[in-house]
Amino acid sequence: MLKSLHIDPGKCTLCMQCEMACSYENEGLFNPAKSRIKVFDFHDRFVPYTCTQCAEAWCMSACPVDAISVDHATGAKVVSDDLCVGCKVCTIACPFGTVNYNHDTGKVIKCDLCGGQPACAEACPTGAIAYVDSDWTGYDKMRRWAGKTDSGAAQAHA
Amino acid sequence: MGWTRKVLRVNLSKGTCASEPLNMEWAQKYLGQRGLASRYLVEEVNPKVDPLSPDNKMFFATGPLTGTAASTGGRYSVITKGALTNAIACSNSGGYFGAELKMAGWDMVIVEGKAKKPVYLLIQDDKAEVRPADHLWGKSVWETDALLKSEHHEPQMRISAIGRAGESGVMYACIVNDLHRAAGRSGVGAVMGSKNLKALAVRGTQGVKVHDFPKFMQAVTAGKKVLAANAVTGQGLPAYGTQVLMNVINETGALPTRNHRDVQFEGAGRISAEAMREKRVTDGKANLVRNQACFGCTIACGRISQIDKTHFTVANNPKYWGAQGGLEYEAAWALGAATGVADLEALTYANYLCNEQGMDPITFGTTVGAAMELFEMGVLTTKETGGVELKFGSAEALTKLAEVTGMGEGFGKEIGLGSKRLTEKYGHPELSMSVKGQEFPAYDGRGIQGIGLAYATSNRGACHLRGYTIASEILGIPEKTDPLVSAGKAGLVKAFQDATAAVDSSGLCVFTTFAWTLDDIAPQIDGACEGGWTAARLLEMGERIWNMERRFNLDAGFTAKDDTLPKRLLKEAAKTGPAKGKVNDLGKMLPEYYKLRGWSPEGVPTNETVTRLAL
Repeated sequence: MLKSLHIDPGKCTLCMQCEMACSYENEGLFNPAKSRIKVFDFHDRFVPYTCTQCAEAWCMSACPVDAISVDHATGAKVVSDDLCVGCKVCTIACPFGTVNYNHDTGKVIKCDLCGGQPACAEACPTGAIAYVDSDWTGYDKMRRWAGKTDSGAAQAHA
Repeated sequence: MGWTRKVLRVNLSKGTCASEPLNMEWAQKYLGQRGLASRYLVEEVNPKVDPLSPDNKMFFATGPLTGTAASTGGRYSVITKGALTNAIACSNSGGYFGAELKMAGWDMVIVEGKAKKPVYLLIQDDKAEVRPADHLWGKSVWETDALLKSEHHEPQMRISAIGRAGESGVMYACIVNDLHRAAGRSGVGAVMGSKNLKALAVRGTQGVKVHDFPKFMQAVTAGKKVLAANAVTGQGLPAYGTQVLMNVINETGALPTRNHRDVQFEGAGRISAEAMREKRVTDGKANLVRNQACFGCTIACGRISQIDKTHFTVANNPKYWGAQGGLEYEAAWALGAATGVADLEALTYANYLCNEQGMDPITFGTTVGAAMELFEMGVLTTKETGGVELKFGSAEALTKLAEVTGMGEGFGKEIGLGSKRLTEKYGHPELSMSVKGQEFPAYDGRGIQGIGLAYATSNRGACHLRGYTIASEILGIPEKTDPLVSAGKAGLVKAFQDATAAVDSSGLCVFTTFAWTLDDIAPQIDGACEGGWTAARLLEMGERIWNMERRFNLDAGFTAKDDTLPKRLLKEAAKTGPAKGKVNDLGKMLPEYYKLRGWSPEGVPTNETVTRLAL
């Protein structure tokens, strides 16, 4: 089963544990400035955001040196540091801004799903980031709405 | 590691910034943040200094766990001699600023001297610069935050700033970071204003390392599990915030009301956590939008609120309609019960103003309460108040005074003095509900005996966060003690004070201690820092810090006479509730406390104590 990161902003508290876990996993220290997942503060809601691992990935198509490839075990689009030349074309190609340049290494960085055990999801204390069946990321939302659906009698009397 | 081992020394008189190594000998004795910065303060600042003079210094200090993955590891403290109190001040804040400072590579920033003209401090990793702030002076905290991020094209920058209150000498001005988290008490913002320092703007991209990553992560993960499983930190605080206490403390008969004349507030329910979650009649929305965490925090007790747009305070002012930092318990109590105002939206608005212009809502609200009593006595009249009918329960009076005090205008200048100076000025010092010049927080020392002793002996003036015996006396953590009984409280207060001093030096939030003991915290510090850190060592360090702070205050001119409570708490019995007929038994508790502390009957640490603690 292929899995995806599933983000529920309603549960996010802006604690940044995901950014800490991501940077520790990938850089070996606590450094949100080098995190592949970012949490955004819209004052009334907080939204974690990272690569969605597009099936036809713009970044992968745009890379002139084929430094981005598919990890077939996870479906993640993974940057090879050995091949990346730091041209940043992928950062332009990505419609969502989730591939970014790391000036310390001269390479780009993006989410690689930690090889199938995403550290962000493990660190999230509220379940705002979960790693679930990629074909059913909508399951909980469907279930919630289903629970509100009836014959219409209750609505009529509300 | 844990420490970056670097201190940034900023001299505002000269406009210079210099890097120097952290004193690691002190770091091993005082850890970080509160303890370590206080050690620097004791070394570098004459205890008799005028807090508002250029000779006073400010220490913006992180702890070794600040900026790590430890839950709540994002704290920093501002240590200085307090403007409000003339005592040692240490005001602790969450949000994201502290972690950013650490990420930039600094354990601590020391600010000396006074700038000739308004300046701000810009820190971008290793680079630091004192820059002109003429364009920021006169701006609110919120405007300053937006302007600095915009002019540096740096949306991820974190700002800690004073507002108009700090500029205009409100004695309890605070320093606000991330829009609504504050180094709140004792007037640290007034000290900053006296130095013409408007803000610290920080961007840090270097990250934080710890001594032993695997060991640290193991301890951190274990700690997070304990917080999640605990009813207070796992459920109560995220859902209700600290406001969960409003109804509890009221029922205990320890909710100080109308300048401590009463111990129960008939309007408590209307300003409680439960009320914040109720849908309003006017717009069908609740005051509470959601909770928010500070950096690294897996508790998330912070409140995000949305005010009723039709409320008289904001109906014509859309600036306040968006989601903002909402009421915490202490603020709701001080702005509400202490003034007799039971209008949740008015309190929310007054709290916004405290954040916007940078002033401590506890001292502001309680000072308004004292002024209301003076007004009812006829000592203050509308002539002095600028026409404000300063009656207990008046939401109009409260919010008007929040506006003028935050801006440093009119009668707001007098409210900006704090209750001690205000009541002295009008000949009734007995009406100031304060210790060492700092006003009480939200628990009455008659209905909760131990907290009275904690107030009387707190090194920064009356404060609940220096020894939160409420945990034991009300919540039963770590074990229940009877709030109405004074016996045994001296030991309880000492234990809480020492443990808290250690937590405050680590980079962690003291709210973790609803669930954690030092046995949960020590392994996290030990994973982050070399040197072998145990719970016993932390507790001894806490006691060392407490005594160091005490000696600073003694050298500043405080004596045992200042370890007292206002007459109202010692002579006027509680009128209602479980504590009816009680006063605070300070006279019984204090001598025992001195003895347990190893202090002379005059409250001075004995030579044996000084030697034992290697001070």
